[in-house]
Amino acid sequence: MSIVENFDLYAPRLIDKGEHFSVGHTGCAGCGEALATRLVLKGLGKDTIVSNATGCLEIISSRYPTTAWEIPWIHVAFENAAAVAAGVEAGLKALRRKGRIPDRDVKSVSMAGDGGTADIGLQALSGAMERGHDMIHVCFDNEAYMNTGIQRSSQTPFGAWSTTSPPGEVSFGQRTWKKNIPEIIVAHNVAYVATANPSYPLDLIRKVEKARKLKGPSYIHCLSVCPTGWRMDSSLTIKVGRLALETGIFPLYEVENGKYRITVDMPKPLRPVEDYLKLQGRFRHLRPDKIEEIQARVNLEHKKLMNKVEQLQSWSEL
Amino acid sequence: MAKRKRIGMEVALAAAEAVGMCNVDVAAVYPITPQSHIAEHLSDLVADGKTDTEYVTVESEHTSMSVCIGASATGARAYTATCAQGLMLMHELLPIASAMRCPIVMSVANRPVNAPLNILSDHSDIMPQRDSGWIVIFSENGQEVVDLTLMAYRIAEDKDVMLPVIICIDGFILTHMVEPMEFPDQKEIDKFLPDYKPYATLHPDKPLTMGAFAMPDFFPQMMKAKDMALLNSKKTIVKVWDEWEKKFGRRYRPVETYRTEGAEVILVTMGSMSETAELGVDELRDKGVSVGLVKIRLWRPFPSDELKAAVKGARILAVMDRAISPGTGGGPVFTDVKAVFYGEDSRPIIVNYVMGLGGIDVTVGDFVKMGEKAAKAKKEEYEFYGVMG
Repeated sequence: MSIVENFDLYAPRLIDKGEHFSVGHTGCAGCGEALATRLVLKGLGKDTIVSNATGCLEIISSRYPTTAWEIPWIHVAFENAAAVAAGVEAGLKALRRKGRIPDRDVKSVSMAGDGGTADIGLQALSGAMERGHDMIHVCFDNEAYMNTGIQRSSQTPFGAWSTTSPPGEVSFGQRTWKKNIPEIIVAHNVAYVATANPSYPLDLIRKVEKARKLKGPSYIHCLSVCPTGWRMDSSLTIKVGRLALETGIFPLYEVENGKYRITVDMPKPLRPVEDYLKLQGRFRHLRPDKIEEIQARVNLEHKKLMNKVEQLQSWSEL
Repeated sequence: MAKRKRIGMEVALAAAEAVGMCNVDVAAVYPITPQSHIAEHLSDLVADGKTDTEYVTVESEHTSMSVCIGASATGARAYTATCAQGLMLMHELLPIASAMRCPIVMSVANRPVNAPLNILSDHSDIMPQRDSGWIVIFSENGQEVVDLTLMAYRIAEDKDVMLPVIICIDGFILTHMVEPMEFPDQKEIDKFLPDYKPYATLHPDKPLTMGAFAMPDFFPQMMKAKDMALLNSKKTIVKVWDEWEKKFGRRYRPVETYRTEGAEVILVTMGSMSETAELGVDELRDKGVSVGLVKIRLWRPFPSDELKAAVKGARILAVMDRAISPGTGGGPVFTDVKAVFYGEDSRPIIVNYVMGLGGIDVTVGDFVKMGEKAAKAKKEEYEFYGVMG
């Protein structure tokens, strides 16, 4: 962790000084997604075309006639960011081959929230990953439909309040566990899949740079702390992001050709999940038995991940 | 004009051949009956290196249109084809493609919309798309499919237009017919249709934001601009068709007429039924019924003035709709045709026959019967022709 503690000292030497996502966007105070976008773009560099799904990121950055994007950017609809990025990639490929644009490596990148990735956008994403386009899909996972008013998605955590999974007399909140999207993308034989978290900026940028260099599809699943939707203090974004890692709730790992590797160490033993939950109003209603249930599940998921890290070999070694 | 060899070919294959002559950069096509022969034959042309096209084998029609929009935004010439359920699935993206001024070309092998499922032919798939802001053109035979496809990008990419174009090809009745057709030489097409020179593209050398959202301070202006562009596109459409006539000898008009001189009753048709209707008109004329035929080729933008001129003097119009606009009391063509005459001092009696639904044959005899019936009409009416109950 020392490098993060000395971030101000090292960052200027390690990070692209260029800003491709500019100030003036209308994100909420403490928006983890805006921060993550800024860092992702530093990893990608200027030779990038972003296809953005409808959602918070699109809305906070593109009110006509203003824009926060200093790189080429397109928004078409909600469920098709990966499909549009596939079209951008195909267009660039054809035009480059025919000599109608400069012969330069420009990366097509789709960006979508958890809804635009895991729910309504999953088919388009699966198609794009399966067809092997030279592109990256970045999911900014803020664990609900924040742009429409905090409705539950398949990425909303078990027990969390949302406006469509409210706790009540006969309900404790969200009844389902997060669908494991990185695993689904690994199953597409994608060469590089990683999780990321803007509370760990160097890890995030390094992963984006790795994906950027690859030919073919890659996938980055980025936690986006959302103070508005998570009902928390907007000054705690970075802290809550770190707690997501320290409790084992959102581990940082990468999967290269099937080989799993933890990229930021978690404390041993993991911190109790309660440390993470208690800072967020969306979990305030949870009774101790539900917190225990979450703890047990997080322990199991941690073991499942560590089992993969220890057991699975790279496809090239098989 | 050079004399060209006519060759027999299935119309769907001919459509793909025409697309293959257009130097398309990106094609994204998802198979659906009866469009599938277009999808297959275009992939043959790509596989054999006969056209240098990125062929994206997408996982749905929603994605085919998404890929086309993304590709078009980079400055690539993009193509897709679909029909029926595929067109309905893609529906969300059609107004986006036109508002973002993406000059995509799409072949639609017109087929009914579920339920009940029916894979044959009618116009109920294109009708829900009529307010999507696309140019929509109907073809009635194979030669027209070839010509209209070859002209489509010239219209779409014209700086005064910059709108996507749909070419309607009736499913099976037209797509699966083997017909005699002639093709221009590739060199002639290369001259007629140069590389697409886009107005704005996604490229890091000149970063642009495309598809921004707009609040009421700009949204209405954008909608007005789109409507003006579509209305204005008719001039370019006619100009390109005129140029085609000069080069290749075949004439295309927004509204075509057949034996309308002095006709008291005029049948109004769209698509492949028009050729059958011509024979019906001949028979009716032989019987002494004063009948003519008007064929609407350009469905959007709607050719109101041309239609008015074409039916001038007629007492009765019989509009043949191959689709129904449920709850409006008739078919969609009927509604539009009636609207054209609302402001006129003297209006014809307009009757409506909804026919040919689900691919049921509409024969010469049917047109004779409808023509005779229409000739006796005293007031506006509509019926499902030949349907019991």
